Parts: sequence; structure tokens; C-alpha cells
Amino acid sequence: MDIVQDKTAETAKSTPAPGTSDPGKRIRVSTRDVSVFYGEKQAMFDVSIDIPDRSVTSFIGPSGCGKSTFLRCINRMNDTIDGCRVSGVVELDGEDINRPDLDVVELRARVGMVFQKPNPFPKTIYQNVAYGPRIHGMTKNKAELDEIVVSSLQRAGLFEEVKDRLDQPGTGLSGGQQQRLCIARAIATRPEVLLMDEPCSALDPIATAIIEELIDELRENFTIVIVTHSMQQAARVSQKTAFFHLGKLIETGDTEQIFTNPKEQKTQDYITGRFG
Amino acid sequence: MSDITASGEALPSGKNVRELVHQSLGRRHRQETIFKSMGLVAILVALGFVAILFSIMLTKGLPAFWQANLHTQVYFDPDIIKGGPRPVQEAGQSDADYRQQDLAWQRQVTLSNWNAIVEQTVRDVAPDTDAEKRDILAIITSSARFKLRDMYVEDPSLLGQTVPVTLLASADADNWVKGKLARDLPDERQQLSRSSRDLADQLLADGDITFDFATHIFTNVDSRSAPASAGLAGAFMGSLYMMMVVIVLAVPIGVASAVYLEEFAPKNRWTDLIEVNINNLAAVPSIVFGLLGAAVFINYFGLPRSAPLVGGLVLTLMTLPTIIIATRSSLRAVPPSLRQAALGLGASRNQTVFHHVLPLTFPGILTATIIGVAQALGETAPLLLIGMNAFIANIPASPLDSATALPVQIYLWQANENRHFFEARTSAAIIVLLGLMIVLNAIAIVLRTRLEKRR
Repeated sequence: MDIVQDKTAETAKSTPAPGTSDPGKRIRVSTRDVSVFYGEKQAMFDVSIDIPDRSVTSFIGPSGCGKSTFLRCINRMNDTIDGCRVSGVVELDGEDINRPDLDVVELRARVGMVFQKPNPFPKTIYQNVAYGPRIHGMTKNKAELDEIVVSSLQRAGLFEEVKDRLDQPGTGLSGGQQQRLCIARAIATRPEVLLMDEPCSALDPIATAIIEELIDELRENFTIVIVTHSMQQAARVSQKTAFFHLGKLIETGDTEQIFTNPKEQKTQDYITGRFG
Repeated sequence: MSDITASGEALPSGKNVRELVHQSLGRRHRQETIFKSMGLVAILVALGFVAILFSIMLTKGLPAFWQANLHTQVYFDPDIIKGGPRPVQEAGQSDADYRQQDLAWQRQVTLSNWNAIVEQTVRDVAPDTDAEKRDILAIITSSARFKLRDMYVEDPSLLGQTVPVTLLASADADNWVKGKLARDLPDERQQLSRSSRDLADQLLADGDITFDFATHIFTNVDSRSAPASAGLAGAFMGSLYMMMVVIVLAVPIGVASAVYLEEFAPKNRWTDLIEVNINNLAAVPSIVFGLLGAAVFINYFGLPRSAPLVGGLVLTLMTLPTIIIATRSSLRAVPPSLRQAALGLGASRNQTVFHHVLPLTFPGILTATIIGVAQALGETAPLLLIGMNAFIANIPASPLDSATALPVQIYLWQANENRHFFEARTSAAIIVLLGLMIVLNAIAIVLRTRLEKRR
């Protein structure tokens, strides 16, 4: 992936992005004029957004609007796609994450990700959760690792269901349990930001409700960005909402304001179901 | 949303639709039946050929595993056996000195007229035969005298004793008593003289000659002077060394190339070129690899001819494309979501491959390896070009010693001039080779299912 830095960090900081003027919360992730290209085709156009600390920000928009692509800019998962190129500035705590001397491994330890389809490793439940802390050398001994595994599973609301079968394969769990296992796995490395790419789209309503409850609890400790197809879900779990359309950020603001009093006509049309 | 234009007149109405579907159903069912029966016929034809192959192989080859043996008594005649008592190491005598003395004694023993003892041994069970000495020796394999000598060297106290012994019948006698030779042929067209033939018939009728399982097929090496005692041990060891070379070289190189090409290498014109070339290598005729082996390994690097090491190197080159292609396809079958999961957690590319991707491909790599090895085990043509079709009467002690291989042994035996004897021998060798193949494939299936279950 090529990184084109056409704006310096200084100019990025001096101009606050529109619609994110919450003085109470620190800004965790901030992007300025981010564009994404797949080969010759441009998929995202100059997206600037600020994501506040310890809250849930949801990205909504019709299919193919680029919300997942944009999410992957935050932990540089677009690096793994051939022919994908990102320009603009993405900052995590004021630090440019596309800096050449920044190791992507370090970044991804700080920015965790949960994917659309539950994708546990074909290993035991314990090994699934312990993998991140283990490769990052976060624990000194087995006891510490055990503690992390148990606390991560507890926070993901899965521990009670699996405590007797930690040595069973994670792939043997139900879909909803698998997704909670993936969340436990992601939070075991104690990331600062947790990215969720339509985490409930493969789940039934009951499993979805459990995950949504979990997201609400996790926001006390993590900065969460969630991509969702469901406007109801965005309304239920998020405090901030950003609406994307055709690769452009149309509107961003408090969730309540977006859903009750959108400023843009396109947002209004989308949330009232006139297109999408 | 695009709206649908209502133009119903051109389309068939409800009842018509049902009729049209009904008409087309008959055609579809017919096509399905034809296709199904064609497939069934194809499978039956294939199975028929396999059945014919196996029945020919088994009916021809299995009798070769039982050979005629003469059961008799041997008298270790002190008048014939030379050399006197075996030397004993005296106090103060050096080891080398003693070994030399002992070898001199063995040489004396070997120089004894063992054929006279063999002759006497046969006469013991057939005292009233009119056969002369050479007629008698003709029905016993020529290696019998070495067997008796070895018995004596092993245990010199046998001197002057009479012990039971089993002597292998010669290939000609084996053919005769098995009834493979036409009995009404005139004397001058028979391999054995009339008195030899009568003697063999008499011994068989008296129950002194029986057909015993021929373990020496597995323990002896090839032999031209005593064809009845020829075995596969040398060829088997040669093949074993070659397979070890193939496994040691082809598996790591093949898997490493596949992992690099699939997981690390950028996708550009060069990797495309490499991929095309690997696929082409898989289609290169094997004899070309033999030429390459002769030119590069023997002429240029000066490695010994007929050596399993060179054979193994040539077969490695042949097996590599198989392993690379199969490993790549099993790597491609690993879901990308797994790689994303590992990368998303902050695993490096290397950790992703070695912790998560590669373990899932073990069953595939294993199958590829065993198929590749089985293919290499049966390969003959390239080995002919590097001299592995030489007649070797020793079991190779290392991969650098001259040796032959199982399929080459089959090739050599099928060309042997003693047709009646070696036709069955060839089929027997084919049975051994096919047996090994079946064992290898069974191992592959068992290991694969076991590895897949563990997931």
C-alpha cells in the first residue's frame, strides 16, 4: 500500500471536523481528508471525522458506501488488500498511524477488530483468547495469562457459558457465542480502540441483543467504532453516528440529533427509508 | 428500484406455463438418465480393467512366492571339508593377526568340494537314481554350496555330523516340477537332462520336494548365477534410500516454495512466470529428468553412477511440482477470514502463516507428500539413464553405493532370458511394489482423517 501524506499533522489538528464538537470527551481517533483507492477506482472521498474516547460511534449508510473500507483505515487492515491505497491523515492519540516508522503490529495491538462473520481460530477457547496476549508478550507467566483469559471472557459475557470447556474448540460454539469469543479475543490484548465491522449481521435477534448489551458495557473502557446496516442498532448502541453515502461522509453528529433532526436531506431520506 | 413494465401479452399465461414446464420435464429427465448411466458405465469399465490387471498379476505372481525345496540330511564329511579345526585366538595374539588366520581358514573351507557334499546329500534321499553328478547338481540351486559352507563356518562342530537341511531347487527344476515346461518336448529342447527330470519327479513324488514360502524373495538380492535365490532386498533398500532422499529434500523445499509463493510473494509478472514454469515442470516427461540427472549430478557434480542419492535427487526434482501445486491449493483453501483474524490481533505475517494457516494445511501437505512419494517409488525411466539398471548383487549400505530400485528390478526381471521362471518372479515383484503403494496410500488416508478429526 502506498501512503500519500498531503497534509501535515499540524494542519489536521487546527481544523476540527464538523459536527464533532463534544467538549466533554477527548478525541481518540481523528482523520483528515482520507481517500481510499482500489487500483484506479476511488472508494472514499476526503473523509474527516473525530471519534471521541470511551463512547460508541456508529457508521451507517447503504451497501457499498465505503463504511467498512473506512473502518479498516483505522487499523490499516487495508494494507492486506492488493492494490489498495490510502491517502490523507489518520491519527490515533495525535499520532499518525501511516507513519513509515510505525509498526503495523503495534498499531493493531492498540486497535482491535471484530469482523462481520465470527472467525474464531480452529483451536481451543482458551487458546483463542490467549493468542493475542501471548504473541505480544503481555504476560510473564501462566497465572497472569489465565487471569487475562478469564477476565476477557467475563467482560465478553461468555465465561459462565464456557468455563467448563475452555479446552474445547472455539469453532464448536454457536454463532452468537463465537462472536462473543471473538470480542473476548479482541479485548484480551487491551486495545484502546475496538473496531466492529457489522458484528451482528450473521446473528439471530437474541444473540444480537446480547452483543449490543455487551457493546454498551464495553464503552466504559474502550473507544468503540461500529459499522452497522441496521439503523435501529445504531440508534440503540451509539452516542455518535456518521452517515456515509457513495464514499463520502455526508453527516456526523450525536446519534439523537442524526435520527431526529438530520441537517442533510440525504441523511433524512436514508433514515426514513426512502432509499438504501 | 427500477419499475417493471407490464407487457403480459408476449408471455404464456398460467395454464400454458404448466404445460410448457411439463413438456420440458421429460427432456430434462432423459438427459439426467443418460448422463447417470454414462457415468456408471465409465466406472464399471474402469473397475473391470483394474480387476483384470489384479487377477492377471495375482494368478501369475502368487505361485512365485512358493518355491520347490528339497528336504534332506546333510553329512559334513571330514574327508571332503578342508581346513581342519577353526583357529582359536591364542593368548598374546593380536586381533588383526587372528582375523587374518581365521580368514585363511575360511578360504580353505571354501575351497573344499562342497558340490560333492550337495551331491551326496541328494543321493541320500534318492539312493537308486542313475543320475550323474552334474544331473544332480542341476536340480539344486547353485547357491546351495554356499549355504552349506556358511552353516559349517557358523558352527564348525558340525564336522562329521548329519543334520537336516532344506536346499532350494534350481530355477529349471522349479519350472519342471511346477509343470510349466511341456513334458513332451524332445530332450535337446529341454533345459534339464532326462535323468535330472526323472530325479526331480521322483523326489516330488516321494515328498522330499515340497513347495515352501520363499522368504528369500524379501531377504536376498538379485542373482544371475543362482536365479532361484534371486530376491528384492537390494532393490528394496535402493528404493528406500531414494524415498528418504525425496522426503528429506522435496517436502521442505516444496512446502517452503509453496508458502512463499502463496503467502509472501508479491503478485507480479515474475511470480506469474514462476507459477507457469512450476505447472510446466509437472508435465515434463520423466525421462528428461533422468537426462538432466545424468548431465548435472553425475557429469558435472561427479556423483557416483547407479547411486540412490542421485536417483533420489532426480526423483526430488520430479516430485517437487506435485508437492508445490498441492500445497498451494490447500493454502488457498484456508479461509481468508482466518488470516484477517490473526492479522487483526496484531500477529505478523509470519506468525499468521505459521500459527494459523500452515497447521490447517497439514492434511493436504501430507496427502501431497505421500502421493508424490508413491509416484517417485514407481518411477523407472529416469533411473535407467543414471545407471540404476545395473546388475547389483549387494545390498547397498549407504545412498552412495550402487543399487537398483523396485520398478527397475521389475524391468530387469521381465527381460531375463529364463522366461518361465522370471515371468512369475516379475509378477511377484509387481505384487510387492503394488503392495507398498497400497500401504503408502492407506497411511495417507488414515493420517489425513486423523488430522482432520483433531480439528
